[in-house]
Amino acid sequence: MEYLNTIEPVTLEQFMPEVVSLKMQGWHVTQLCAARVPEGYELSYTFGREYDLRTLRLTVAEDQPVSSITQIFPSAFLQENEAAELFGVKIENIEKDYNGRLYRISRETPFKEKG
Amino acid sequence: MAKQSIVPFGPQHPVLPEPVHLDLVLEDETVVKAVPSIGFVHRGLEKLVELKDFKQYVYIAERVCGICSFGHGLGYCQCVEDIMGVEAPRRAAYLRTIWMEMSRVHSHLLWLGLLADALGFESLFMQSWRLREKILDMFDLTTGGRIIFSVNCIGGVLKDMDSGMLVQISRTVDEIERELRPVADTFLRDVTVGSRLNGLGVLSAEDAKGMGAVGPMLRASGVPYDSRLTGYAAYGDLSVEPITATAGDSMARCEVRIREIYQSFRLIREAIAKIPQGDIAVPVKGNPNGESFMRIEQPRGEAIYYVKANGTKFLDRFRLRTPTTSNIPPMLDLLRGCQLADVALLILTIDPCISCTER
Repeated sequence: MEYLNTIEPVTLEQFMPEVVSLKMQGWHVTQLCAARVPEGYELSYTFGREYDLRTLRLTVAEDQPVSSITQIFPSAFLQENEAAELFGVKIENIEKDYNGRLYRISRETPFKEKG
Repeated sequence: MAKQSIVPFGPQHPVLPEPVHLDLVLEDETVVKAVPSIGFVHRGLEKLVELKDFKQYVYIAERVCGICSFGHGLGYCQCVEDIMGVEAPRRAAYLRTIWMEMSRVHSHLLWLGLLADALGFESLFMQSWRLREKILDMFDLTTGGRIIFSVNCIGGVLKDMDSGMLVQISRTVDEIERELRPVADTFLRDVTVGSRLNGLGVLSAEDAKGMGAVGPMLRASGVPYDSRLTGYAAYGDLSVEPITATAGDSMARCEVRIREIYQSFRLIREAIAKIPQGDIAVPVKGNPNGESFMRIEQPRGEAIYYVKANGTKFLDRFRLRTPTTSNIPPMLDLLRGCQLADVALLILTIDPCISCTER
């Protein structure tokens, strides 16, 4: 079976309009993750429709706040809290914000530093 | 408005095998809101990818969870193979498929046992787990391990199955199938089981898709989505049809899992009939450089694997989006409006795996 599996870089300005557009086209959020890069964070938002996958790739500076997508896709709240808590990504207005208490961990943002 | 009270539920509860906590907001005995807390045993296994050689990490990926162990190893290996342009030999693809389907049978039988136990139906619990033991024996026979058996490697698998083992698996599958029929009938037709499951926690197809439900939870709402249809391992050569039900309630989720066990028996037989001769692994040289997203239809639903490599033997990132992470948001919707007495059962019907979620 042939299916789409793409990674598409977007800017912060393009990001939310693109997320809204995906919602309007019937995509749902399947995965959200952060990774450390020299510029700050690389955020990957993967959306699924039938068997197709599209990943929006957003690269932001360490202190750059990013809007939560939970107003559009409420089910993203767990994964957004995870990215905020493990990596320290500044995600604003998460619908169910655990404010750093999703995981009982002894170290703050343990995934932020490499190694 | 009726007076509201908050009842803490978990993390230790007789029905929950793993720690999850909910603050249940009740009006009388009706749940109006549920706020989940997880993270009691977060292990940071994804982070270890920066410290372990990418070939060693297969063993870590397998230890994310005891039930989905084989699939996690497979998902990770397929990501790295995709980045490195390595294709596992066809025989390895078939062996992976046989172990994957045996894992599904093992997981679903375990879940049926837990469900029976939650219902207080002890003999049904024991029968379900008695049958599961036979599958664990097949893991033991073919790999030397019963739960975590470490047979995946980048480029294929580490162990082959000889013809005697394949015959033994076929015989065992026939035996379990025969013995499962009365057990399955009890789950699907017994009045006491039906009185607890029928009509409980109805999830519409629209909500299931919109809230990101995966696996039996999604298919029980009538959505025919099964990522085995993407054709990874040997699934492209086999006749996979998504098993669906339409009611979307707890009984539908039970029915889908039972029918998937029978489907797994059929897929195991088909794979054994078609497995080609040949190598079980190809040599892998160099280090991966690039990134890849892969998905596997784990017993509990679709899992998504992401690997980002930098050309060294240590990876930049491994990400595993577990089925339970996707099924918690729709579960919270299901809890709204249910009775306090049904909460434990409803949580169980999504087949939560907190071990996977706390990777």
